Amino acid sequence: MNPANFFALIGIVLFSIGLLGLIINSHLLRKILAINIMGSGVFLVLVALARRTENMPADPVPHAMVITGIVVAISATALALTLMLRVASETGHATLPDEVEE
Amino acid sequence: MEIQNAFMVFPWAVALILLPLASALSCFLFPRISRTLGLITSFGTVVSVVGLGWQLLEHGSYRHAVGGWGAPLGIELYADGLSLLMLATTALVGFAISVYSTTYFKPTLAVKFWPIWMCLLAALNALFLSADIFNLYVTLELLGLSAVALTALTGSKEALSGAMRYLLATLLASLAYLLGVALLYHNFGSVDIALLAKLIEASPAVWASLGLMAAGLMLKTALFPLHFWLPPAHGSAPAPVSAVLSALVIKASFYILLRLWFTLFEPLVDSEAINTILGVLGCVAIIWGSIQALRQTRLKLLIAYSTVAQIGYLFLVFPLSASMGSVAWNAVAYLIISHALAKSAMFLSAGNLLFFGGHDRIVDLDRVVQRLPLTATAFALAGVSIMGIPPSGGFIGKWLLLEAAMTQGRWDLVAVMIIGGLLAAAYIFKVIGYTFSPAEVSHEAQSVSASMQWSALLLAVGAILLGFLYVPILSILNISDTTIVSGVGL
Repeated sequence: MNPANFFALIGIVLFSIGLLGLIINSHLLRKILAINIMGSGVFLVLVALARRTENMPADPVPHAMVITGIVVAISATALALTLMLRVASETGHATLPDEVEE
Repeated sequence: MEIQNAFMVFPWAVALILLPLASALSCFLFPRISRTLGLITSFGTVVSVVGLGWQLLEHGSYRHAVGGWGAPLGIELYADGLSLLMLATTALVGFAISVYSTTYFKPTLAVKFWPIWMCLLAALNALFLSADIFNLYVTLELLGLSAVALTALTGSKEALSGAMRYLLATLLASLAYLLGVALLYHNFGSVDIALLAKLIEASPAVWASLGLMAAGLMLKTALFPLHFWLPPAHGSAPAPVSAVLSALVIKASFYILLRLWFTLFEPLVDSEAINTILGVLGCVAIIWGSIQALRQTRLKLLIAYSTVAQIGYLFLVFPLSASMGSVAWNAVAYLIISHALAKSAMFLSAGNLLFFGGHDRIVDLDRVVQRLPLTATAFALAGVSIMGIPPSGGFIGKWLLLEAAMTQGRWDLVAVMIIGGLLAAAYIFKVIGYTFSPAEVSHEAQSVSASMQWSALLLAVGAILLGFLYVPILSILNISDTTIVSGVGL
């Protein structure tokens, strides 16, 4: 396995860990962190796969995509944290109310 | 003559994105005039769509290389019949919502509403004009973030929790979509939909990206069983925001799914199994959403669950597209726009009722028919389209879908659609019934402004009028440079 595929695989693992964390944790801060871990996983996949062959320079387009992705992730995290604080101050705890469907 | 020439060459597509974006910044910088700015911008987008539509009718589909850099290096804007229909729906519904919002929001909320609403409009227009899958990701995120911010606008406990759940769902969906984009880019070295469509061939990585992108978009479109975030968000947002979310925002992710499915992944999705799964989920969504709607006691939640059900109809296009492509295709386009008009009219009328009585408990609707006749009419007319009774846009869409199902002998789908129609009739007549009867406790009634009543009514009338515009709408839908099997041009 070449290094690029190894790091891409690590990226997929991070994505999966984040997904698991998002589902099993109920505290909102943990959920937001989990989303960020998933994001880092996707970015790692993008950057790792940019180097297609050993001797060629890496493809710059995925790097540009990752930068865009990081900007989006920062704004999303800021919004999520603000919302979490507001939810906590309104309800007294930083968790979502359980689905009351029935 | 010269004016006409200038009109023909003006880059209306660029204006559709830049105008609301500039307006969003200006509304933020000059909060005092934000209402006027927002209203002018909404009107400006209607004009720009007319301009773009004229260009498309003259020259066929439209491509614009932003900054003179075309694909594969630069970003391209692309418009064909489907994008034009989506843009036109966005402009019309958006204008009505802007008119409605001029009097709906108190000044303290209005200064927050207008910048975000303009941002959302810019994101929607950019999304419908994007030609590459990465640009679609960026617009999806812009759309998601502004939609969440609008949902949380009132700052009530329900709205905040609803917005938080919505945010987590939409971020998860975007990341799944982005991972799909990463895999596709790695395999084919391009993000342009047209280029990718030529290169694509089945491989495990492509199947993985199809799965990831489809799952992300289904979560954003709130297809059963991924709809858990929709009722709390749509039910607790301010009325014009609920209207935008139900009418336009979920349609945007469905539009991407349609594009990807029928152009990008066309060679892969011929398989029976994957289309059947989407069809089954659509059927369950219709039945389950309608039953939940029938059980609700609050009007806005009822309308939100009705959206869950109506999304189910959209997903029936996938099992039906196999052999009768164009009929199912026309049906789904018709359903998208008629649902957008009818559902926004419904949410705006619900907003009026909420404003009027201070609550939206269905059993306590106190003789609204006599006291708010315009709003009650708007709700009833929108209901006609949602139920699919002629003459209305909803009827044409559902009729085309039924026709496609009957020709293919899919009697199971026919049965589900008919049951769904009956259940829709049940939950809409439940509301209409209570609008006639006096409530046990009467309320201090607030007067509802004319612009709020008329914008809801005109949207509902639009949903009915769609029933008579079959030929022009289908001719717009079929604007394209090349036509492939499913009738989608690219």
